[in-house]
Amino acid sequence: MAQFFYHTLTGQIILMLLETLAVLVPLLIAVAYLTLMERKVMAAMQRRRGPNVNGPFGMFQAFADAIKMITKETVIPAGANRALFLFAPFLTFSLAMLAWAVIPTGNGLAVADINVGILYLLAISSLGVYGILIAGWASNSRYAFLGGLRSAAQMVSYEVSIGLVIVSVLLAVGSLNLNDIVLAQRHIWFCVPMFPMFIVFFISALAETNRAPFDLPEGESELVAGFFVEYSSLAFGLFFLGEYANMILMSGMISILFLGGWLPPLGLAPFTWVPGPLWLIFKILFCLFVFIWIRATFPRFRYDQLMRLGWKVFLPLSLVWMIATAGFLMATGLLPQVGGVN
Amino acid sequence: MLAQVVFYVFAAVLLMSAGMVISVRNPVHAVLFLILAFFNASGLFLIAGAEFLAMLLVIVYVGAVAVLFLFVVMMLDVDFTQLREGLQRNAPIGACVGAILFAELVMAVSNWTMAPASAGVSVQAVPGLTNTAALGTLIYTHYVLLFQACGLVLLVAMIGAIVLTLRQTGSGRRQNIEKQHARTREETLELVQLPLGENVLEQGGFLRPRTSYYEIAAPGSYGSAEQRKEAEKEETGA
Repeated sequence: MAQFFYHTLTGQIILMLLETLAVLVPLLIAVAYLTLMERKVMAAMQRRRGPNVNGPFGMFQAFADAIKMITKETVIPAGANRALFLFAPFLTFSLAMLAWAVIPTGNGLAVADINVGILYLLAISSLGVYGILIAGWASNSRYAFLGGLRSAAQMVSYEVSIGLVIVSVLLAVGSLNLNDIVLAQRHIWFCVPMFPMFIVFFISALAETNRAPFDLPEGESELVAGFFVEYSSLAFGLFFLGEYANMILMSGMISILFLGGWLPPLGLAPFTWVPGPLWLIFKILFCLFVFIWIRATFPRFRYDQLMRLGWKVFLPLSLVWMIATAGFLMATGLLPQVGGVN
Repeated sequence: MLAQVVFYVFAAVLLMSAGMVISVRNPVHAVLFLILAFFNASGLFLIAGAEFLAMLLVIVYVGAVAVLFLFVVMMLDVDFTQLREGLQRNAPIGACVGAILFAELVMAVSNWTMAPASAGVSVQAVPGLTNTAALGTLIYTHYVLLFQACGLVLLVAMIGAIVLTLRQTGSGRRQNIEKQHARTREETLELVQLPLGENVLEQGGFLRPRTSYYEIAAPGSYGSAEQRKEAEKEETGA
């Protein structure tokens, strides 16, 4: 059996498919329940009940929404670029799924445990802007186009500070492998010594996923619904799924870079009984809760405020922090030696 | 075997999309094909084992450069028929320039030799490192001065771009956050004491507040004297 799976081509392909399914199916279920969680948590914060009709605690609401969305008519606006119009949601959705290949859920437990995992994540998340930009352009609608342009500028701006924050983390790790990044936090999670960068990364993640208070690309009060104003039915559904999957992915990145990934908070008995993947899920859930909490709390930023925050506050701050981290590690001799480690 | 198949797929798609970049009419489609070409090039890097370069190609070119490219092309108001107009007329000139460039390229490449002095400068990568670490040691240890010089060139280009686009007109509405934060209660708020019952007007059997608080308002804060008089007249029906 092991011979078949590990040493023949067919076996390896079947194994790869099974691994992929083992990641994607829980992810899609998580996305479905994240929408429910968002509505429930927001409802609790606004002293409402939220969805409570379909199934116990509204548990089937996500599926009811999905069925409603699939059975609606797909409307393609006149003058839209048909191929690109349909390609955009597909791109957004598949990129959100692709990134999960490298997320480690336990020690070495990832579909692809590659050497440059963090760069892969950065590359995939920087591609996310294309779905939105293409959707905005292909819709042949002013609102959608404005939404797409806003989103492109916003995502490119915040990627810069995300990149610099990741560099300061990598300086302390000495490897680009996500598994090594988590293992480097055995003694202390990076959110403690790098707390300001944790905050910067978190806020940049909000901007990167177009979440409130940075949801200007959607900006329903001025752009109706922004880049997906012309979308309906399954195409809209794919955007929706992609956005929520991106939220979970960003929470996963925050957990791995700053909250110690699958590691328990303390290496002591009651904590180590809980398996690693569960710890990762707890941390992702915590981040998602804060995402929703922020949405229920803060009003939307104005566009110039958004750009000011990205370029004039986060960029200098993360740059200075990166240099300070490098200087500190050099001065104390703690700089990890790379010579063939990973 | 599998790697070879993958290589030919990537290479074929790369060449095809590169051809499409210069042959499709719609400039947005051209940029999207360019992105596809970048993507396949990064796939080729991956097959060659240069995973760091592959990721960097995607992050820098696809994730940042091509986004701005697409951004600009989408905003341009391109007239497609006008683009095709000059093609017939300009084709011979274009072919001429292309042929000259191609001939020069052939001449240059066929006589290509490395300068003997450069042999002493080049450094071999340390074997046994991952290619990220190997590139790091090469760039930041052996060629650090050249690297810094490249950085300076980029810095000059960046400053040049900023200088070209910066316009200090002084007119636009700008938010001065420090000024807003430095505001005090005294210069923002004015508390006035309203005498009880003084400013209520009986009108049609109802008690209504007056709209012209001329007795109590700070001088000049509620329009001109004539306006106040007019409002007063309107209210009392005099």
